[in-house]
Amino acid sequence: MKILVPVKRVIDYNVRVRVKADGSGVDLANVKMAMNPFDEIAVEEALRLREAGIASEVVALSAGTAACQETLRTAMALGADRAILVETEAELQPLAVARLLHAIVAREAPQLVILGKQAIDDDANQTGQMLAALLGWPQATFASKLLVANGRATVTREIDGGVETLEMPLPAVVTTDLRLNEPRYATLPNIMKAKKKPLEVFKPADLAVDVAPRLQTLGVAEPPPRHAGIRVADVAELVAKLKNEAKVI
Amino acid sequence: MPILVIAEHDNAGLKAATLPAVTAAARIGAHSGAEIHVLVAGSACTGAAQAAAAIAGVAKVLVADAPHYAEQTAENEAALAVQLAQGDGAYTHILAAATTHGRNMLPRVAALCDVAQISDIVAVESPDIFVRPIYAGNALATVKSTDVLKVITVRTTAFDAAGQGGAAAVEAIAPGPDLGLSRLVGRELTVSARPELAAARVIVAGGRGLASSENYHRLLEPLADRLGAALGASRAAVDAGFVPNDCQVGQTGKIVAPQLYIAIGISGAIQHLAGMRDSQVIVAINRDAEAPIFQVADYGLVGDLFKLVPELTEALG
Ligand SMILES: Cc1cc2nc3c(=O)[nH]c(=O)nc-3n(C[C@H](O)[C@H](O)[C@H](O)COP(=O)(O)OP(=O)(O)OC[C@H]3O[C@@H](n4cnc5c(N)ncnc54)[C@H](O)[C@@H]3O)c2cc1C
Repeated sequence: MKILVPVKRVIDYNVRVRVKADGSGVDLANVKMAMNPFDEIAVEEALRLREAGIASEVVALSAGTAACQETLRTAMALGADRAILVETEAELQPLAVARLLHAIVAREAPQLVILGKQAIDDDANQTGQMLAALLGWPQATFASKLLVANGRATVTREIDGGVETLEMPLPAVVTTDLRLNEPRYATLPNIMKAKKKPLEVFKPADLAVDVAPRLQTLGVAEPPPRHAGIRVADVAELVAKLKNEAKVI
Repeated sequence: MPILVIAEHDNAGLKAATLPAVTAAARIGAHSGAEIHVLVAGSACTGAAQAAAAIAGVAKVLVADAPHYAEQTAENEAALAVQLAQGDGAYTHILAAATTHGRNMLPRVAALCDVAQISDIVAVESPDIFVRPIYAGNALATVKSTDVLKVITVRTTAFDAAGQGGAAAVEAIAPGPDLGLSRLVGRELTVSARPELAAARVIVAGGRGLASSENYHRLLEPLADRLGAALGASRAAVDAGFVPNDCQVGQTGKIVAPQLYIAIGISGAIQHLAGMRDSQVIVAINRDAEAPIFQVADYGLVGDLFKLVPELTEALG
């Protein structure tokens, strides 16, 4: 069984984001970039399935600029067998990415696609569900536990009121939540080995996919600032402030 | 052409998250004059349908009652919504709350209709221009949709709950196909006598600083009892097993905006702030005077929580 793991190159989660002065977007110049944290969890889960003998091959995929090769090398250093880059300078929105993934799935025929539940830049939380819909496959989003056996997946999902478990035949799409696993780190020898693993490059046109954005960004602004208030000396002062000033208790 | 809101419910009744989604629909309708319809897809869901019909501003409730909607799995519910979107008198907008239900199901609808989804909107500028947070709420993007159909999830804290007193027509519609793709085998919902996090007026939230599940419950529950508060947590507290996952507040957990949020032993990582920065009043109790949580707190109390929390509980008694 083959597993496809799409990974996105995003701003590192520790970086403090700054909105550009002209309001056209967020300043990404000279900012540290990394693999989307949820995608690291997706890579890890796929590797564990391969190590357990359930999957035979893990293919990482990224869509974006040539710089995404770095993210794919990271995925291969973690253990992915090979990688595919769909290279474009164009702005990619979730629907376009889902369509690109759809085209790659048609070529690669994986039994499972594992993606992060959301990317920490656009926070859209759409791509996995869109891909599943385009393929007509079942989906299990926000997974905190994944079991694969006898051509079926049993997935525990984090939902608003608690957790639920779904069962579905493969092929299927799974999106990861934070508590699915703790990703490993790449070791130096594996980083060296990853440089020699195969990385195939396509253009959206090779896949006959139109990636034109459907949403136009008119402007990006800072949220209204929230100012630090005051320090209170003790519990008595805190209670007095909450009662008399804030009037919330 | 009308606007469709997909209801979130448990067949017997409506989930509160549906109400702000109706308000967002009404904002769109205020520009375009469109009617609002609510879709209730469920099984033996008369209770939910009646509750939907009582929402002020709703013109019509469409009810698809069939066993394969009992658990509202994404595949079947989305397929039904797509039929409606493409049918006669089709919709200009389809909305759902940005809860785990809406986030799970609605992107399927968008993809099958070949349109973008606009996730987690916090404001309606016009029928095709919306504001949504990006980068954990550190920026707000104003986006314009160029699609004929707008598919939208609504951040529930950004819109007031729609009122009651409506008397919408309730219309049974033919169910869509049972795709038989996924099957629910179990659901474990957290049972709690406390208010729901998303709807609570006061939230007492604990982080890694509490150091154990035992401490979390021993210290925070009496305080929450005094305040009639819901209990929340940072990711670190959930990962460590102090409380279940549905208590997590943040970029990738729940978004809350109570009147009072008390953060105890929480450092204030950007991912946590993303979930609570719109609270009306924020209190932070932390022994590290430099903790980032103090940059957003209205009232900061520096010190050892093991001493201060029991004192606070006592003072409120
Ligand atoms: C992709 C991604 C998504 C994430 N999503 C979320 C999310 O949705 N929600 C979320 O919360 N986090 C999220 N995080 C995690 C986030 O980055 C932080 O790691 C987390 O919020 C830290 O939790 P904490 O504040 O409880 O722990 P810490 O950062 O360890 O802070 C503990 C605090 O307790 C204080 N403390 C310790 N002992 C005492 C004492 N005795 N008295 C008083 N104070 C004390 C310390 O001074 C410290 O400030 C996410 C991270 C990633 C990478």
